[in-house]
Amino acid sequence: MNVKSCLAALAAILMMSSAPTRAALEIVITEGVNAARPVAVAPFRWLGDGPIPNQIADVVSSDLSRSGSFSPLALSALPQRNVGGEADLDLPAWIATGAEAVVVGSIRPAADQRFEVSFELVDLLRAQASVEDTSGPVIKKDHIIEGRTTVIPQAQFRRFGHRISDLVYEALTGNKGAFLTKIAYVTVDEQAAPFKFQLRVADYDGYNETVLLRSREPLMSPSWSPDGKKLAYVSFENRRSEIYIQDLYTQQRERITDFAGINGSPVWSPDGKKLAMTLSKDGSTEIYIMELATRQLERITNHYAIDTEPSWAPDGQSLVFTSERGGRPQIYQIMLDSKRIKRLTFQGEWNLGGSITPDGKHLVMVNRTNGQYNIARMELSSGHIDVLTETYLDESPSVAPNGSMIIYSTSHNGRQVLAAVSMDGRFKARLPMQVGSVKAPAWSPFL
Amino acid sequence: MKLNKVAKGLLFAIPALALTACSSTAGVDADSEILDNQTSLEQAGGPEVGGLDQVQTAEERQREKYAELRREHILYFDFDRADIRPEFGELLEAHAAFLVENPRTRVIIEGHADERGTPEYNIALSERRGKAVQRYLQSLGVLSSQMEVVPYGEEKLLDSAATEAAHTKNRRAVLVY
Repeated sequence: MNVKSCLAALAAILMMSSAPTRAALEIVITEGVNAARPVAVAPFRWLGDGPIPNQIADVVSSDLSRSGSFSPLALSALPQRNVGGEADLDLPAWIATGAEAVVVGSIRPAADQRFEVSFELVDLLRAQASVEDTSGPVIKKDHIIEGRTTVIPQAQFRRFGHRISDLVYEALTGNKGAFLTKIAYVTVDEQAAPFKFQLRVADYDGYNETVLLRSREPLMSPSWSPDGKKLAYVSFENRRSEIYIQDLYTQQRERITDFAGINGSPVWSPDGKKLAMTLSKDGSTEIYIMELATRQLERITNHYAIDTEPSWAPDGQSLVFTSERGGRPQIYQIMLDSKRIKRLTFQGEWNLGGSITPDGKHLVMVNRTNGQYNIARMELSSGHIDVLTETYLDESPSVAPNGSMIIYSTSHNGRQVLAAVSMDGRFKARLPMQVGSVKAPAWSPFL
Repeated sequence: MKLNKVAKGLLFAIPALALTACSSTAGVDADSEILDNQTSLEQAGGPEVGGLDQVQTAEERQREKYAELRREHILYFDFDRADIRPEFGELLEAHAAFLVENPRTRVIIEGHADERGTPEYNIALSERRGKAVQRYLQSLGVLSSQMEVVPYGEEKLLDSAATEAAHTKNRRAVLVY
């Protein structure tokens, strides 16, 4: 039947190979460098012949500065070059820089086009204590607080750099790092016509961007499966909204709903077995949960006002959602066993797009106050709201799996761009695209 | 100004024709059928060239006026509202009269929102706008089987500038035949 060929013409699905070293989203840190803790990352020492294949230290340094928690010293401020490990360090000179810690490492050629990469994280505050303690022989080196050696092909240098950043971040903050994560987002670019709308994923820092889907019609609301292997999203390729699930690795793609009216806001349950979604098939805009194995639908809300934007609490026992039942959009919580509903937000004209942080302590949302739409964080125990951003028309906040950072979409110079803000609001960055608009960011789980 | 609006209406009408062609089972034939249909529509509203009577009846004048009004496909809404503004009553009457006379003609009512608020909320708001148009047409006798509401939220802005004027243009419903 030619409906099929029409469908194929309306939405071409292409997996594209990624450009490995170019960052599609360049990160511009706009605020918060002063509040960050000083650290140092020394260029890794190359122990082979010829030029160094790749400098892993750059990845680590960028990661640490983008985390908002750390401010790596400039290369020119480093007291030594060509250090491959703690043993090479002139400790007093490094302590004098004021950095709390220094990352040192080396890269050595190994068999089969592989490389042995080693690194050590030296706690300079601890080192200072042992340098000053001259009463006995200094043997134990307890200021080396992290270190690994691994053998990897060159293609995995960036990845291993992120791994080092994760270990360093965790050693210095006590929290898990989120540098080995990805971001899914939608781009809208007139230049790419007829496939103006594209669903893409990239490493959290914008590198290794891959186009997952190109379409002539809008794409919305990507949501990660908890195992990080699939995305659910909304596509208008058949001139109406439909929910799809696409496997990122097999490229297999499946239509999940095509009801009359709204098919929106798909969100995976923490156990990966269910999909919460918004449908208007029964008249008003309501929240439903679909059991993915059986495709059985359960209606969760029942109110003539708009109910939408479901988001699972980390324990999977409740959903938070946006409802207009009080007259204006505010955020509510529904317990899935008792179906009891509680209103969570009372401050501000509107609150929408809410999600509970991984530690269960805060609600992150879009807050409208005096007609301004900004990202806000509410402490659930007290109801206290902090507006975190000052950008224009903020929407679609998505929280990093370690709860440290929020990525969101905002309007800048007449285009939609992605931006990030740390959970404490002190660090702010913009992630402009080269062309077009970027929106609907979704931060992956730990990968 | 007026022409501009008409042109915009056409921008929406043309892809819609292409779509109708797609969803029809008869491929190429469907295209010509629609083109014929389109031509006859235009003729139905044209002047009575060979008429004996130079004075138009009230009914004829009404038909002509409706044909003129039907060239406009877009109606606009206030911020966060879905009420049909009174100035668009006549426009909807014109479309309703046509749909009542042609009960086999179907119309897609696209709902749209400006970019304030979240994309998901705007999808719901734009559906409410589409449904308000649907109810209005239904009250004028259009069959519910002739209408489908497709909410696009803030995903298809007419004007992406961050100005009040742009927001005003984006808060709309579009009738697509």
